[in-house]
This record gives sequence, structure tokens and C-alpha cells, in this order.
Amino acid sequence: MSVAVASIVRLDHVKKTYQMGSETLDALGGVNLDILEGEYVAIMGPSGCGKSTMLNILGCLDRPSSGHYILGDVDVSRMEDDDLSDIRGSKLGFIFQSYNLIQQLTVIENIEVPLYYQGIDAEVSREIAVEMATKVGLGHRLDHKPFELSGGQQQRVGIARALVNDPIVLLADEPTGNLDSRSGAEILDLFDELHGQGKTIIMVTHDDEIGEHSQRVVRLRDGMIESDIRNG
Amino acid sequence: MDKRLLAAQNTSPFAPARLKRTIILGFKSLWLHRLRSLLTVLGIVFGVCSVIAMLAVGEGASFEAQEQIRRLGSNNIILRSVKPPDSDSNSAEQTYVIEYGLVYDDLERIRETIPGVTVVVPNRIMRKRLWNATHRADADIVGTVPWFPEMKKLNMAEGRFFSELESHEKRNVCVLSASLVTTLFPIDHPIGRKLRVGSDYYEVVGIIDVESGRPGSSDEGSNLDRIYIPLTTARARFGEVLRKRSSGSFENEKVQLHEAIVQVKNQDEVEEIALIIEEILSRYHKKRDFEIEVPLELLRSAEETARTFNILLGSIAAISLLVGGIGIMNIMLASVTERTREIGIRRALGAKHRDIITQFLIETVLLSATGGALGVVVGVLIPIAIGRFTDMMTIVTPEGPILAFTISGIVGIIFGIYPAIRAANMDPVEALRHE
Repeated sequence: MSVAVASIVRLDHVKKTYQMGSETLDALGGVNLDILEGEYVAIMGPSGCGKSTMLNILGCLDRPSSGHYILGDVDVSRMEDDDLSDIRGSKLGFIFQSYNLIQQLTVIENIEVPLYYQGIDAEVSREIAVEMATKVGLGHRLDHKPFELSGGQQQRVGIARALVNDPIVLLADEPTGNLDSRSGAEILDLFDELHGQGKTIIMVTHDDEIGEHSQRVVRLRDGMIESDIRNG
Repeated sequence: MDKRLLAAQNTSPFAPARLKRTIILGFKSLWLHRLRSLLTVLGIVFGVCSVIAMLAVGEGASFEAQEQIRRLGSNNIILRSVKPPDSDSNSAEQTYVIEYGLVYDDLERIRETIPGVTVVVPNRIMRKRLWNATHRADADIVGTVPWFPEMKKLNMAEGRFFSELESHEKRNVCVLSASLVTTLFPIDHPIGRKLRVGSDYYEVVGIIDVESGRPGSSDEGSNLDRIYIPLTTARARFGEVLRKRSSGSFENEKVQLHEAIVQVKNQDEVEEIALIIEEILSRYHKKRDFEIEVPLELLRSAEETARTFNILLGSIAAISLLVGGIGIMNIMLASVTERTREIGIRRALGAKHRDIITQFLIETVLLSATGGALGVVVGVLIPIAIGRFTDMMTIVTPEGPILAFTISGIVGIIFGIYPAIRAANMDPVEALRHE
């Protein structure tokens, strides 16, 4: 397993600057980071340290002001908006703090959304979505609307949706932030399981205890990497 | 990677399977706000109604005009005697004989002066009481020429019209209008029987079909009851002076001809010849005791009326569709703002600009097309109501609803584009952060 593992995410001198009136603000000040395939990484730091900016760039929702971001073997840092949509839909899986399910859709329809935009045939898409729902333990809730589910269940739907397109990287933004400790623990167990199956997971959190679950903790401060420690 | 994800993919938002799903999704979103959606489309409903009603009324008016002209004959010019306004029958004048109207010489003059004139049908009309044994009826006796039914587009229900010979020999023959048959001949068959008028007996030779010509024909009047006799006979039996009872006193009128129809060979010359006739007649009728009716002019005025109506309803339709469209745009803009987060989620999960544009555009088009469909339903009912409560004729052709429905769809596209573009141009990061 440890034979020449490829780097799946590479940030090369990534800078992100915002223009605030006359001042320029460096949200990220030239970050270098390599994440290997199958790694479980926690990105931590106090608020305003650049976590969100980094996650947006890693998630191809935003482009770096300078530097390069290589995802898999593609440099996505200068891509057009619609090409980034394709990358997000085919290579990335998003898990949000507030689940971000579409309220008018059922569980199964929510899980299918990424496949819909990939143009996957309706029957195939339904088949895969049902598999994913079963995998996260929601096989019996397919036709429920999000508001009929508990927070923990909603987050499971979110995870199933993130897995449905078989992404090369899972990006999780405070995935347990809105959950009680028991549901949170269950979600983290699910993450461990996915990690065990070889998924690459990048999780943003401010909670040290949650960070403990990961293999590697990257701490940010003022837009720079402060420390990069492998657990165990 | 899952093999199934590598299967042939069509990511165009207009691929039939995806389009169908987007449409279903659109219906779901609109159904979520049923009342709001319904109120939003009212403008479109009214607009579409107006379009359909407008076309139906226009169609009806032109059909009616054409019918009328078909009945009166588009090549005909109708001359009619009218009592001049200054010769009112007040009591001081009751002993005089009022003389007015068209004379036989007028027709001679017209025939001699104008080359394009082919047939002239003179009529005399007198009100008399008819008898068949003890059955009686009041009717207009029309003295006319043998080719009268042809000119007036009248059909024989039974028997025949009187002939050239009968007219020439001043025979006592008559043709009844169908409405008189039941009154005068409740039991026996009228053809071959004799009717008494005054002291003379007339043989019934034919019955004129009421439906074919009477309604709307120029000699409208209180009664449909008429009998037709040869003009020559009428002159011989009744003379030129007519005694009329009016409000208690008697009034004597001397009228040679009540009506005459001039047929022009070439339709293009109808209006020109009507002017010439007017000029000829004016020379001999200083009192203006005649009027000229040109059926072709009816078509002109019917077209004019239809045009006025169309402009009115067209403006209402245009304004309702405009206001309706703006209303829809307004609601869609609100909806886009409301669903900012959903847009963010969809973008994050791989939706491109065109996917978002398609989603919102389809929603707007569904909204306006639903309004259009409602409008078509109501719009088909309106002409029916107009037909029932007014004497305006309406015809709903299939083109009307189709046109109106298409317009509503186009309104949806036009007013949906801006909100859809606004939705698609949202920054995904900002949209995801939106509460």
C-alpha cells in the first residue's frame, strides 16, 4: 500500500488576495501542500486563518490569485468557470456543515443531483444512488424529504451525495459542526470507514478532538501553514 | 472508478431525458408555491383571453359581413324610396296626397345612361289584408319582376316564381313567403289555391323559403310576411296611390316604386356607378326622397368595425401580456433570491451556467404556459358569452388558441431570461454562504 503513492492534491505557491477598498488582503499567502492518495487530512486553525479560502480553492469553487493547484493530474488553477463545474461534478465530493440538501427534493433525488449534472442515465443514476443511500444506512428513507430527517440522517444523505460520483477527493467543511456528539461520532466513524476503503478525505475543522481522527493535521495561521503533523 | 459513471453521457441540458426531468422539477418548484404561481400568471391569463376573444370577434364580424353581402349580392346597388323629412303627416296636411320616391322613369334613365348596368328590379310594396276563406293575415304585397328571386338570392321552398308571361299578361298570381303558409293555409296545401286581396283573387304558384334570404336583407321590417305578385299586376290593380293608416288619421301616399335593385356587371365598378346613380337621381329628386345602399360598402364598414375592435382588444392583450410578463419576471427574481442557496449547492455539485439558466427559464416558461393554458380555456368561453349576450357573432378558429398559447410561451422566455441569467451568474461561494 505504501509503494510510491501519488500526490492527488498539490498546491504550489497558492496565493489568494482580496481587494478591500484600497487595501489588499492576503487570505492565503503562498501555500505549498501535497496530499497523497488515500490520506485523511484535517485542516485546522482559528477563524480568519484562511481555512475557508483554502477549502474553496481545493473545492474548485474559487481560483487562486497566483500559484498552481494540481488536482489528480490536471492543473485547475486557470480553468474556465464551466470547466470547474465539470471538475466539481466528476472529481470532488462536498460535505457541508449545514448539510445543504435541496429542500424540495427527496433523499434519493438529493443524492442523484451530481449524477444529473454529469448526464448519467436516469436508471443508472437511481441504481447508484440507492447503493450509496444503503451504504450510509438510509436505504429505508429514500422517499423522505430532508425536513423529515434528523440532523445526523441529513448529514448521511450529504455524505451519500458526496460519494455518488465516485470522487477522487472528499471535501468536508465542519461536517459535525451542527450535530450532537453522538451523531457527530457516528459521522466520524463513517469517515474512518471511507478512509479505510481508500478514500482521500480533506476535512476542515476547528475542533482538536475531531482533528484527532485524521492521519495528518495541517494548521493554518494568517494564510500560511503553521504546522503539518502526521498523527501516530 | 465506478464503470457505470463512464457510460456515454449527454450533458446538454436539452437532451430529452434531462429536459423531462428539469420540467418535472420545475413543476414541483411551482407547485410548492401554488397560490403565488396562480396569482403571478393572471396577467398572462387575461392577455391570452383577449387575444382569443379578439380573433374570434374579428373572425365573426368578417364572416357576418361576407354572409350579408352574399345575401344582398356584392354586385348590387339597392335604391329605396324614403319619405322626405319635411313632409310630415301632421293633421293639417291629411287631405293631401304625399307624393315621393322613385319613379319608373328613374329606372329608365339609369338604364339608358349607364352602360355597365345589367338588370334592374323594381319593387312596389303595399300593406294589405289577405284572405283564404275565413283565414286572414296582414302582409306586404310586393309588386316585382320575374327575376326577383335570382337577384335577391331567394330559394323556392315549393312551386315556382311567377313567369315572364304571367307578368306580361298582368295575371293574378302570387308567391307566398313560407311564414304565411301556416296562418293562411293551416290545413290545405297552398299551391294552386286562391287568395283574396280586396276584391281580387290570386292564384298561389309558389312558396319562398324564409331562411334563404329574409334575415338581414335590406328590406328589414316589422314583418316577414310577404306575398309577391307581378309589378304589372300591382300597377293595374292598386294604382299608384296608397292609403295608409297612421295614428288614427289616414294618410295618402303616392309612391311608384318602393325599391329597385341595380345589378352591375363588374364588381370593381359598383361604387363608381352608385355615385353616378346618385347624381342622376339627385337631378330629379330635389327632396332627397330616396336612399342608395351598396352592399359592398357594408363589407367596408364591417371591416372598419372589426379593425377598431381589434385595435382595442389588441392593446388590452398587449398590455396584459406585458404587465403579466413583468409580474412573472418580478416573481422569478424574488424566487432566484430566495433560492440562492439552492443555486449555490447545485453549482457546487457540478451545475454549469447553462444548467441553471435552463432550470429557471423552464420554470418561467412553465409558469407562463400554464397561464396561457388557463387563458385558452377562459378565452374560448368569452366569445361564447359574447355570442350569447350580444348580437355580435364570434367564431373561434383553432389558430386563435394556438397563437395565444405560443405568445404566452414566448412571453415566458423573454421575461425569464433576465432572472435566469442572474441566477446563473451568482458566485457559487457567495451563494453557498447565503442564509
